[in-house]
Amino acid sequence: MDFLRPASWRDALEAKANHPDATPIAGGTDIMVEINFDHRRPATLLDMTGIDELANWSEHAGRLRIGAGLPYTRLINELGDRLPGLAIAARTVGSPQIRNRGTLGGNLASASPAGDGHPPLLASGAEVEVESVRGVRMLAMEEFFTGVKRHALAPDELISAVHIAPATGAQQFSKIGTRNAMVIAVCTFALSLHPEQQRVGTGLGSAAPTPRRAPEAEDFLSAELADSGQWTSPRPLADSVVRHFGELVARAASPIDDVRSTAEYRTHALSVMARRTLGWVWDEHRRQHSSNHPSNDHTGRSECA
Amino acid sequence: MRLTFTVNGRQREADDVWEGESLLYVLRERLGLPGSKNACEQGECGSCTVYLDGVPACACLVAAGQVSGREVGTVEGLANGDKLDAVQEAFVDAGAVQCGFCTPGLLVAADDLINRNSEPSDAEIRESLAGNLCRCTGYEKIMDAVRLAADRRSSSDNTRPDKADA
Repeated sequence: MDFLRPASWRDALEAKANHPDATPIAGGTDIMVEINFDHRRPATLLDMTGIDELANWSEHAGRLRIGAGLPYTRLINELGDRLPGLAIAARTVGSPQIRNRGTLGGNLASASPAGDGHPPLLASGAEVEVESVRGVRMLAMEEFFTGVKRHALAPDELISAVHIAPATGAQQFSKIGTRNAMVIAVCTFALSLHPEQQRVGTGLGSAAPTPRRAPEAEDFLSAELADSGQWTSPRPLADSVVRHFGELVARAASPIDDVRSTAEYRTHALSVMARRTLGWVWDEHRRQHSSNHPSNDHTGRSECA
Repeated sequence: MRLTFTVNGRQREADDVWEGESLLYVLRERLGLPGSKNACEQGECGSCTVYLDGVPACACLVAAGQVSGREVGTVEGLANGDKLDAVQEAFVDAGAVQCGFCTPGLLVAADDLINRNSEPSDAEIRESLAGNLCRCTGYEKIMDAVRLAADRRSSSDNTRPDKADA
């Protein structure tokens, strides 16, 4: 086995161009399990942990650029306030030891339908930045996944970053598993409100061959909220709206029976998770709205509360 | 490959390291440091928890080549010679060691928690130890030990006269 350890991103791109079969390794939380159990024996490992710039994040023109090598623990600590949905999902990844090493770039590269980071990225309209010596490409999340554990990268490309807008509204994430830690999801659901666009975003995990959105559910709820003027003067949601949203989310799934669950359970669970997360984000949206628009009080406190 | 890195403050070298082997294998089989335990080899049990550049990680999931030039701290590095660390003492005193297999990983995880948070709540202790499995299911005593270690460390660190009752 060859072990390549580039010290810069430029060197990493050169290495990947010269060894297109090389397997990138960052936190090792997927790859090392496969090697330890002799399920896989890569000819070449390309270590991404020697590239300091890959573990950084920055903000440009109102969007965050998260380096593919930023561990979940730092993502939670440093960006949790701006990306609450992604941070909630990140807190459900493995254990503290796993979150200290695991990265969003590795989650994307593994492209598991059960990857915890994927649904919030879908719900927030994130893009994946990939690069090779030939140049940079930006891929929408929907274009990134092409099948079970398959993605749209060319053999000479590496994932450099994820681009995502900071939250403008309430975000939630829900995950079902047999315990709180060290669990591969039975299924997951992410929901983001985008009040400035009067849109909602969704993301389903472990519910289809790839993580996916529920476009009909998004369209239904966005239209329902806009038509009833709910974005600007939010009221409690009608039960019929919440229920139909849950049904449309469940209908977007095409799950399978496997060791973790049955397709039937997953479909039912998704409708429940969709209803619950909608309840949570809507409560928060109403709270934010009442504290943002109480009066002309600059402190933001409600005078009559 | 030849591997050079720092273990418990000392520079160490290992020769003929296979590129795909884990840091855990290097520590146990090449450097004679068997404190970190080998159980699941998939990051599920936490028995092999070590510090990597000061951050707890499962040694079984770190490729040997990734630690080149880095600093590793193992459970062997907690004690000062024959003098046990406060966390180790607390595990002994609280009866938190049964078969002992999970203990080294728990010691590192608990040490990290107390270094970051001198007065952890029970919820914070549970969350911090969520990646360490005890097959004897002795979690109550382990909780006692971490509370005891936190108390002892904060009282020994505390120089305020009203707290210095020792």
